[in-house]
Amino acid sequence: MAPRSPAPKISRWRANLAAIPPYVWLLLFFLAPFLIILKISFSEAVIAQPPYSPVLSLSDGVSGLWAAVREFTFANYAFLAEDSLYIRAYLSSLTIAAISTALTLLVGYPIALAMARAPHGWRPLLVALMILPFWTSFLIRVYAWIGILKRDGLLNQVLLWSGLISEPLTILNTNTAVYIGIVYTYLPFMVLPLYAALERQDRALLEAAADLGSPPLLAFWQVTVRLSLPGIVAGCLLVFIPVVGEFVIPNLLGGSSTLMIGQTLWDEFFQNRDWPLASTVAVLLVLVLVVPITLFQRIQSRGGL
Amino acid sequence: MNRFTPFNAVSLTLGFAFLYLPIVLLVIFSFNASQLVTVWGGFSTKWYAALFANKQLLDAARISLLVAFTTACLATVLGTLAAVALTRATRLPGRTLFTAMTYAPLVMPEVITGLSLLLLFVAVGFERGFWTITIAHTTFALCFVAVVVQSRLLSFDRSLEEAAQDLGAPPWRAFVTVTIPTILPAIAAGWLLAFTLSLDDLVIASFTSGPGSTTLPMRIFSSVRLGVSPDINAACTILIAFVTVGVMAATLTAKLRGSTR
Repeated sequence: MAPRSPAPKISRWRANLAAIPPYVWLLLFFLAPFLIILKISFSEAVIAQPPYSPVLSLSDGVSGLWAAVREFTFANYAFLAEDSLYIRAYLSSLTIAAISTALTLLVGYPIALAMARAPHGWRPLLVALMILPFWTSFLIRVYAWIGILKRDGLLNQVLLWSGLISEPLTILNTNTAVYIGIVYTYLPFMVLPLYAALERQDRALLEAAADLGSPPLLAFWQVTVRLSLPGIVAGCLLVFIPVVGEFVIPNLLGGSSTLMIGQTLWDEFFQNRDWPLASTVAVLLVLVLVVPITLFQRIQSRGGL
Repeated sequence: MNRFTPFNAVSLTLGFAFLYLPIVLLVIFSFNASQLVTVWGGFSTKWYAALFANKQLLDAARISLLVAFTTACLATVLGTLAAVALTRATRLPGRTLFTAMTYAPLVMPEVITGLSLLLLFVAVGFERGFWTITIAHTTFALCFVAVVVQSRLLSFDRSLEEAAQDLGAPPWRAFVTVTIPTILPAIAAGWLLAFTLSLDDLVIASFTSGPGSTTLPMRIFSSVRLGVSPDINAACTILIAFVTVGVMAATLTAKLRGSTR
């Protein structure tokens, strides 16, 4: 953001001082762990505690560092490239994330639009109602769907009772359940940026388009949708990026055919105890997400959201 | 626009039904007498009684609350400082890095944050337990606090603070007596957000916890994997009630404060 008035030099200095504690904290607990994960992704797995080698020891100084660098191995990366399971997991995560982002947008847009066009007095309540589920546990909200989607669950009971189906549907432990879970839990992340973009819009623009002879649907597409584009981009990124690495939803709602990289990393770490391979999976996941994350940061630091 | 159009009314009804129905059903079935989670067998509170006899679950809840409280306090202080730096330290050395580090954890997949922090703790030989979970939670929660407080700071009129300084207040005093009270609602919201984020987290806690520091979501997760059970519904209902009361109290306080001004 651009500084609105040139701040006095003294206060800028103080603001720099305020930056020190969070800066140091983030360097220690966000950046340093990243460098370690990068380093371990080049290590070999051994059966030991901790289960990788070599451990970087800073006490050896520069020569120790160099010795560690020389022991770097690309074996983990080569392994990931050779085993099609991992490539398929990355591709399938990206596909699932893309489809569910699109679905969330389709479900979220009419809701955000209706919120933005609601009578003025209603809007704060509607926003609060949209935010409230976000405060309740993510895990609980995913769990709630198990009871609904099960074979003898509520959805099947209602559908059977109404006569729409004669056989219970298998929804739980399929990708359909994963999509439902993602749309459900990430809906507020999509709706709120959309609402922020739509609420700012001047309704007179739509009227002007109508006066100039534009049919309502075309005017909606050319004016409303186009002007809400920043909200669409922000919402989509807020859904897409975390969903690519999602673990809880595919684990609880997905089935054996649901392949997602967050789950693969989890299994590599907790079941196979192959920490270097898990680190390699994580490094590649970050690489996959670098472009969307950078885009998100651009929007965010312009004061977005 | 002073009225709902039919289309908008339908969108809102369906949208909010979709958002709330699963939670409502979960709450209803926590009062179900039947062991079968989806068959109604009459009203009962026996699952709540069973819950309070479950020592493992209570221990986990205690740890979770303690971690969430400590996290919220740490993250609020660090996050507010970060927000001040983001809005005012325009010439901070390494500002791009700082900004990137503040925003990245917002969207970073939890498996990566969890794994990378665990590897750090192992590399420096830090024993895993209460503090490792708290540090990990503080790291991502502080970024959410920073965003919430930053948006409030951006709309804050700097001339108020300058006026206080013109009247002779030293800069820190002007900040404490003028700026802080104005952004207090945002700071409080940040604290609450950090608290619930920490209370809710499963993935990062699973990576960074040690023996004897199992959190509530970890307990719930391990029993959910074995299937849906009514006592988990009861535990979830209590958590939901907790959060709802908290959010409503916060909203009301904000309203009251707003109306007395």
